[in-house]
Amino acid sequence: MRPFTYTSATNKEQALKASTKTSHYLAGGTNLVDLMKEDVERPDQLIDVNKLDYKKITSNEKGGLSLGAMLSNAETANHPEIRTNYPLLSMAMLSAASAQIRNMASNGGNLLQRTRCPYFFETSMPCNKREPGSGCGALKGMNALHAIFGYSDNCIATNPSDMNVALAAIGATVEVQKKDGSSRMIEFTDFHRLPGDKPEKDNTLEQGELITAIHLSKPEFSDHYYYLKIRERSSYAFALISVAAGLQVKSGVIAKAGLAMGGVAHKPWKLSKAEEFLVGKKPNKSKFEAAADLAMKDAKPFEANKFKVEMGKNAIVRALTQAYEREA
Amino acid sequence: MKDIDKWKETVNSDNLSDDEKMVLDAMGLNGSSRRKFLKQVSAASLSIYASSFFTSEIFASTMKDLPENTTALLNEIKVNLRVNDMVKPLTLDSRTSLLDALRERLALTGTKKGCDHGQCGACTVIIDGKRNLSCLTLAATCEGKEITTVEGLAQNGKMHPMQEAFVKHDGFQCGYCTPGQICSSVALLEEAKNGEASYVTEDFKNIQSGLTLSEEEIRERLSGNICRCGAYNNIVQAFKEVHSGDDEMPTWEFATQEQMDKAKNA
Ligand SMILES: Cc1cc2nc3c(=O)[nH]c(=O)nc-3n(C[C@H](O)[C@H](O)[C@H](O)COP(=O)(O)OP(=O)(O)OC[C@H]3O[C@@H](n4cnc5c(N)ncnc54)[C@H](O)[C@@H]3O)c2cc1C
Ligand code: SF4
Ligand code: FES
Ligand code: FES
Repeated sequence: MRPFTYTSATNKEQALKASTKTSHYLAGGTNLVDLMKEDVERPDQLIDVNKLDYKKITSNEKGGLSLGAMLSNAETANHPEIRTNYPLLSMAMLSAASAQIRNMASNGGNLLQRTRCPYFFETSMPCNKREPGSGCGALKGMNALHAIFGYSDNCIATNPSDMNVALAAIGATVEVQKKDGSSRMIEFTDFHRLPGDKPEKDNTLEQGELITAIHLSKPEFSDHYYYLKIRERSSYAFALISVAAGLQVKSGVIAKAGLAMGGVAHKPWKLSKAEEFLVGKKPNKSKFEAAADLAMKDAKPFEANKFKVEMGKNAIVRALTQAYEREA
Repeated sequence: MKDIDKWKETVNSDNLSDDEKMVLDAMGLNGSSRRKFLKQVSAASLSIYASSFFTSEIFASTMKDLPENTTALLNEIKVNLRVNDMVKPLTLDSRTSLLDALRERLALTGTKKGCDHGQCGACTVIIDGKRNLSCLTLAATCEGKEITTVEGLAQNGKMHPMQEAFVKHDGFQCGYCTPGQICSSVALLEEAKNGEASYVTEDFKNIQSGLTLSEEEIRERLSGNICRCGAYNNIVQAFKEVHSGDDEMPTWEFATQEQMDKAKNA
């Protein structure tokens, strides 16, 4: 690991003031410290933001709850208000990593965790995300775990977060503090980006900006929800494919659907067309299958990850079925 | 005679069963090489046999500042590490992980380094009551925190019930993952008491405190600790015993002579 100076900020002003082009905020460290050990991330300064007072769950204007950016994933997922109002979020967050990592990982850090593309981790390999212009090792290499939607020739990586998938289904905005002391709100669907010709940029956060909160839309899927995570072993592994499904059913008809996929794109992949299709329909297998077909129609897989298309369809149907059949 | 002395005597007298002799012969270990091998075996096995004689006081006395071999540090940080109810002021390179500080500076080598990347759980310690990975925790961030390692679980010369259960149920083979497994299990007892959910919990909306965890729940919740030897069945059994407060019986049994004969002739 390269040398860095360590400072601990006690308020946001201190943190923002200390930040430079080459510094990084340190939250749980579960992604950053790992990548620093791999020599992938090379900050010359770490600004510890764990003492900042963004560790609460509060009500917001949208009629939903807001998550403090420095609250741990474990405390968030197991907060009684989150469990009862946003069980889909709890379930997705609890499927991630391990109990130890969830105790350390923060909500802000989770949003910003970087891809698990093996070429990104291996500094002797080409990777445009790590080293712009060096080429994409995965494009013609081992890409069974890579994207089937929204990629470019520059990068075909996927976003690895489970929390992100649930947030895309539920709807949220991210509040960030800018260096000049003002703040701004970013729609969650605009927070992460597609790689395009700037694969080094995972999201739309600007240099030095500090995430302080995630504001959730009002709870709509507290009765019918399911987070299906398909992986190579049944726990402590990243998703091959995951589906967050939330349904609101009124008088036997779907009033609202929240549907998003993980493991398929550079950002959490919101299935807007399928969501719209489901509204007004009676929840049953044929409708779920039609929604899944619609969702996967534009998939452009590679030879090695073709399996994700069929797996994705089945996963959508299963997640919707589990969500619907859950006893409210 | 103490168990441990008995064990030493067995090993030194070369007092082996026919099967054991066969194994050693097959490995080509005779005479002096056999005795050398046995001594090595005994050293490894001893640490397990001896665990019941270890107390936190003995461990505590091993916690010391090791001599510093670096004279100047590039990015020096000072941190008072509170480990197992003792406080040690340390001067460290800012890059030092909590794991390395424990092992290399405080000689608390109970906590193990497996992968050093958050993927195995061998380095699990308890920080402010919660299980954490010491390999991904920078020591610099630990000022003011209460750290408990496997060496700090025993109290007043008595092993923690989880340690006793691991010994009783053979919750290990090589023992490398064990300190992490035990710290993780101890923290899980609390999580169950607090009524925390896991991914496999059926209903997220209706959870009581004082959960009784099913085997599926225990396996999911301990999945952050990988055991390369695959001692999982016994680990789960050990956890269950402490969790339920009842004696747990193994879910397997040795084959009888009859069954063995039948299998051989089949
Ligand atoms: C072995 C292993 C398995 C895992 N499995 C899964 C899994 O199955 N599913 C899953 O979803 N995740 C998984 N993870 C990833 C884990 O969830 C993330 O590492 C974690 O959420 C990151 O949060 P953190 O607080 O530790 O972030 P850090 O590592 O501290 O930071 C990550 C990045 O975010 C920046 N940052 C942090 N906080 C802020 C802020 N408030 N404002 C601005 N920038 C900030 C940092 O500068 C850094 O660049 C796994 C991790 C490991 C090591
Ligand atoms: S897919 Fe993206 S992260 Fe992976 S090698 Fe290509 S550029 Fe790098
Ligand atoms: S050594 Fe920390 S998780 Fe493997
Ligand atoms: S006992 Fe050997 S790794 Fe678990």
